[in-house]
Amino acid sequence: MKKQKPGKSWELRLYVAGQTPKSILAFANLKKICEEHLAGEYTIEVIDLLENPQLAAGDQILAIPTLVRKLPQPIKKIIGDLSNTERVLVGLDLRPSDVNESAVGS
Amino acid sequence: MAKVPVKPIHHMLEKVQTGIRGFDEITQGGIPKGRTTLVCGGPGTGKTMMALEFLVRGAKEFKEPGVFFSFEESVKELRENAASLDFDVDELCKSKLLLIDYIKVERDEIEETGEYDLEGMFIRLDHAINTIGAKRVVLDTIESLFAGLPNAAIVRAELRRLFRWLKDKGMTTIVTGERGNETLTREGLEEYVSDCVISLDHRISEQVSTRRMRIVKYRGSKHGTNEYPFMISDHGFMVLPITSMGLDHKVSTERISTGIPRLDAMLGGKGYYRGSFILLSGTAGTGKTSVGAKFAESAGSRGERSLYYSFEESQSQIIRNMASIGINLKRWLDKGLLHIHSQRSTLYGLEHHLMHMQHLIHEMNPSIVIVDPISNFYEVGTPKDVKLMLSRLNDMLKSKGITALLTCLTSPSNSSLESTTIEISSLSDTWLLLRDIELDGDRNRAMYILKSRGMAHSNQIREFVLTSRGIDLLDVYVGPEGVLTGSSRINREASEAEFQSSLKKKIEYLRMNLEKRRGILDAEIAKIRSEFEIEKQKITDLIHEEEMKLKALASTRRAMASSRKADGPKKAR
Repeated sequence: MKKQKPGKSWELRLYVAGQTPKSILAFANLKKICEEHLAGEYTIEVIDLLENPQLAAGDQILAIPTLVRKLPQPIKKIIGDLSNTERVLVGLDLRPSDVNESAVGS
Repeated sequence: MAKVPVKPIHHMLEKVQTGIRGFDEITQGGIPKGRTTLVCGGPGTGKTMMALEFLVRGAKEFKEPGVFFSFEESVKELRENAASLDFDVDELCKSKLLLIDYIKVERDEIEETGEYDLEGMFIRLDHAINTIGAKRVVLDTIESLFAGLPNAAIVRAELRRLFRWLKDKGMTTIVTGERGNETLTREGLEEYVSDCVISLDHRISEQVSTRRMRIVKYRGSKHGTNEYPFMISDHGFMVLPITSMGLDHKVSTERISTGIPRLDAMLGGKGYYRGSFILLSGTAGTGKTSVGAKFAESAGSRGERSLYYSFEESQSQIIRNMASIGINLKRWLDKGLLHIHSQRSTLYGLEHHLMHMQHLIHEMNPSIVIVDPISNFYEVGTPKDVKLMLSRLNDMLKSKGITALLTCLTSPSNSSLESTTIEISSLSDTWLLLRDIELDGDRNRAMYILKSRGMAHSNQIREFVLTSRGIDLLDVYVGPEGVLTGSSRINREASEAEFQSSLKKKIEYLRMNLEKRRGILDAEIAKIRSEFEIEKQKITDLIHEEEMKLKALASTRRAMASSRKADGPKKAR
């Protein structure tokens, strides 16, 4: 299984609904994960649906917060405040660069 | 925990008309305004169609814009399905009276990484509602959220919030739900939607499919708990309400012609009562269709519309066959005063037939309805069902003042058909019978009136003859052999005529004889008289002679006396 190397530029979109504790937490978590695993090769776009409700339909947003990985393809969607880092990585199809020893056997 | 006081409902819940035919009647006004109604049922029962029609009619008939949020079908799929009905969804979307959005919820696309809520959905819904100023909302099927999202608890909580939110916004909402095994819906939506719950059902019995609807719950409103049959035509839903069987329709005293003058004469001289239910039963080939056709023809000539339901012959067959006996139905067809609808009775169930008739009657607004023959209904229902269906039809027609002529095939060999006819005859106001009479190698038809309520009618049997000029009702010959029709009648009539003339001749002869006798008598009398006169004269003469003699004698005596007493009586001393 090929790992996504942080070399290509990542485009991430975070959908929120106003400045709620969940959104703020999600953004903070996202920044942290990106710094750790994507090392600068990324862009985060925060879309506030309270200001732009019409944008929710495009990416079929239901839950808030939702993180959408636009690039690299394919599109991935992650819901929740991103507290569970493991899950976020799985969702983004990203393995942490320093957790490497466990070869994915079987 | 503080006890929440329950506010008693003093008034009926305010309702919103759905515009769905028959539904607003059975719910007495529609669905609750500003609340959520749950429509549940198995797959293919018509939930999506009903929800869509609710919005379409709301937009078209009540000018209320609506939002359709689909969780299962894409917008394209929905549009394609709606194209089979005449909903012009595209038009409505263009004029901003309808907004359709597809909410895709796919489980494998979503990874759950912490706390979340469904505010995204709220925002989309809010945006859609505000865009067109919607008053009606449909969520179809919201249970897909449970399939798509991993956390059922969050979904439930958010649904509760959603319905409260919709209520606060004053949206009249329909939510659809798939039927569960034990519960009404798979995910138990009925717990949150407690104002109104409708259940749809689609059954197949004896190869005929029937759709039924039931109001499971309607808080604050009286509702029937029965199942109501409905159908989905290309004009949408049509629910058949159980018409009031109160037998309290207005009755007309107007009489209308049957189209056959002699029959009018038999019916008190004027024909059928308007709004009455006429049953015409007869064996095969007796001419029932022609009586129906004549009735339609006479209606057309009065400018009234007729609806002819045929279960045996196609429209062109009927026209051709009737033309051969001088009835020109095409003329009325072209003028729009006659509409012939042919279909096999086995195509649909009884309720469907009834609803279809109701639909056509609603569209056409005829004064006359002819059903030919109703005996075919026994192929799709038990006698009890058929009678019930016919009473509903009767009821519906009477409430509209439509006169109905129903033909029924009977068979002398099939006694069950006879008895069922008798059952139906109790519904009818007028019962005409067409019978075969076989005699002397002829098979002729006879017609008579078994009953006709409210009027004096003839109880005479008439011979029913179809000629190229139409229908003739002739007097039958009733002689010592019984009723004679056809060639026997003609024979008999001929021999009777002959007999009559021979009798006449005899009478003539006897008269002449009498005259002659009288003549002779007169002559004899005259002779005797004249003889008498002669005798009389003789005798009178004789008498005269004798009298003279007597006179002479008397005078002689006097003379003698006077001569004897010569002196005669001189002066007395």
